Amino acid sequence: MPFQGSIHLGAVDWAILGIYFAFVLGIGWMLKRGMKSSNDFFMSGRNIPAWISGLAFLSANLGAQEVMGMAASGAKYGMMTAHFYWVGAVPAMVFVGVFMMPFYYGSKARSVPEYLKLRYDEKTRTFNAFSFAVMTIFSSGISMYAMAKLLNLLLGWNFDVSLWASAAIVLAYVFLGGLRSAIYNEVIQFFLIVLGFAPLVFLGLRDAGGWSGLVQRLDIVATSSHNLAGQAYAPGAWVSTWGHMGSPAGNPMGVEWFGMVMGLGFVLSFGYWCTDFLVVQRAMVAENETAARKVPLIAAVPKMLFPFLVILPGMIAIALTFKGGQSGFALPVKGNAFDYDMTIPLMLKQYFPTGLLGLGLTALMASFMSGMAGNVTAFNTVWTYDIYQSHIAKNKSDEHYLWMGRMATVFGTALSILTAYMAMHFNNIMDMLQLVFAFVNAPLFATFLLGMFWKRTTGHGAFFGLMSGTMAAAIHHGLTSPVGAESLFKGGWLGPILHTYPSEMAQNFWTAIWSWTTCFAVTIIISLLTRRTKTDEELRGLVYSLTTRHPEGHLPWYQRPIYLGAVILVAVTVLNLIFA
Amino acid sequence: MQLDLRLPIGILFSLFGVILIGTGLMTPAATYTQSLGINVNLWWGLVMLAFGVVMFAFAMRGRAKPR
Repeated sequence: MPFQGSIHLGAVDWAILGIYFAFVLGIGWMLKRGMKSSNDFFMSGRNIPAWISGLAFLSANLGAQEVMGMAASGAKYGMMTAHFYWVGAVPAMVFVGVFMMPFYYGSKARSVPEYLKLRYDEKTRTFNAFSFAVMTIFSSGISMYAMAKLLNLLLGWNFDVSLWASAAIVLAYVFLGGLRSAIYNEVIQFFLIVLGFAPLVFLGLRDAGGWSGLVQRLDIVATSSHNLAGQAYAPGAWVSTWGHMGSPAGNPMGVEWFGMVMGLGFVLSFGYWCTDFLVVQRAMVAENETAARKVPLIAAVPKMLFPFLVILPGMIAIALTFKGGQSGFALPVKGNAFDYDMTIPLMLKQYFPTGLLGLGLTALMASFMSGMAGNVTAFNTVWTYDIYQSHIAKNKSDEHYLWMGRMATVFGTALSILTAYMAMHFNNIMDMLQLVFAFVNAPLFATFLLGMFWKRTTGHGAFFGLMSGTMAAAIHHGLTSPVGAESLFKGGWLGPILHTYPSEMAQNFWTAIWSWTTCFAVTIIISLLTRRTKTDEELRGLVYSLTTRHPEGHLPWYQRPIYLGAVILVAVTVLNLIFA
Repeated sequence: MQLDLRLPIGILFSLFGVILIGTGLMTPAATYTQSLGINVNLWWGLVMLAFGVVMFAFAMRGRAKPR
């Protein structure tokens, strides 16, 4: 590795890092007093202001995969990566805020699996709780692994020490202050990321000759056959979001518009933002229903602008690699391709002098750690309420569950460490996470959609729909393969390969589409064939047609979720048009 | 009474701002060739300090009129 141990920290950098960690632990310590019941620990007493939950909602997802993965994708696919935000996340966040939060919050469920128990039955809840618990452990392990590897690579720190130390810090502040501590630290991390990376974008853009200079350079990237895709495209392929989506061959992502809108926009993003307890948990703990509905909407505003913070650096990096700027920055070569995964750390090293470098590294480490903490808090809640309380030890005292939550935090972290050591076999974190989401999350959105808007959906329908959706995902993945797949993790493990996709991304989107459609269809069919077990009365507050709307007419328009949602959708449409 | 998050944010970012401003004032100009000749420590330190002070002020105002 050409950059092994290449960043040297000055005293100022160490001071900034040290102060940050002291604050993180200090906040956990200060919140310890407030942790008197399991409600405080898992639900943070349900009294967090909307702006704090909103930023935490955003930040919980802003882990390693987001910051480093998005910059990597920015280099690899260019401006099209913004689809993850402008077609994917933002519309999904508006949907969960406007339409889904009333049921999550109004049902008084303490977790997403618990909503499934109230709406359907025990087996559906248990299936979801188990798959979710495994996924959180998996994600937090990957986060830890990526961080330890990075610190080892850049700073020459010992891999094992970095891994165990970061795990210990996360464990300490979640153990002490529960969900509130995780949420508070996520908000601090949000500001750190924004303030730590904004100068990077400014300096990089200046180096590339401003926006017009960047566009010129990216056209060189697009038309060269030596780019990351190994194939020449029309000029503009790296700077437009929609212009080259007519066919998979026209753009570096290898996806056509339908696969992108349906796969990424509808299935994957709605599945993630609307049903993943990791993020939904942050909205469920708001002060009241209106605040809970505003949480995802507040989060959507900065989310809309994040492409400029996390994708743009990748685009700048690849542009400067092809036509150098004043600083001479270029991405390193690994084998016969560019090492785009290292974009952000190498740009930090390039542009940040000692002082700001400490801030940038702190921001990076904070994002890894809050990614872990988010998973750990979601895991301990689901474990304690949906697995432990409902199957292992019913009717124990509240103190007992608080104790169990703390224990779950400890062994959840331990399992994550184990996963981190296992995660070494995978190299593209982003694609792997997408794969896991496709198997587990993609069908789930069909279950929720039908559950919330069609009262005829039954427990058996939901359960077997979910099962067949997950199986459909696995089968599709097993029978198809992306171009140039080297391992069975990439697909084709069932033997015959029925279809070859131009990229892994395209394969993942279509896996999600197949899985969702299967779940949707099977759930409807089985629901019609089975008898309803819940009466209208039992479904009150859980299904749209049986729920009385919370009156919000007395609030000014800017406080009302429906208007806020509309404003956000208009703004995101404008962004799509500007960068089309 | 729970901890008002704006307070630690205000203190943390003010502290970072002051540290960066101090670094910016003390380091020689040659340090900043890598940041295209701009003293980013100084300028960004000022931004961070301003952000920290605003957060701190909000926290103080919140404390003055308890709910």
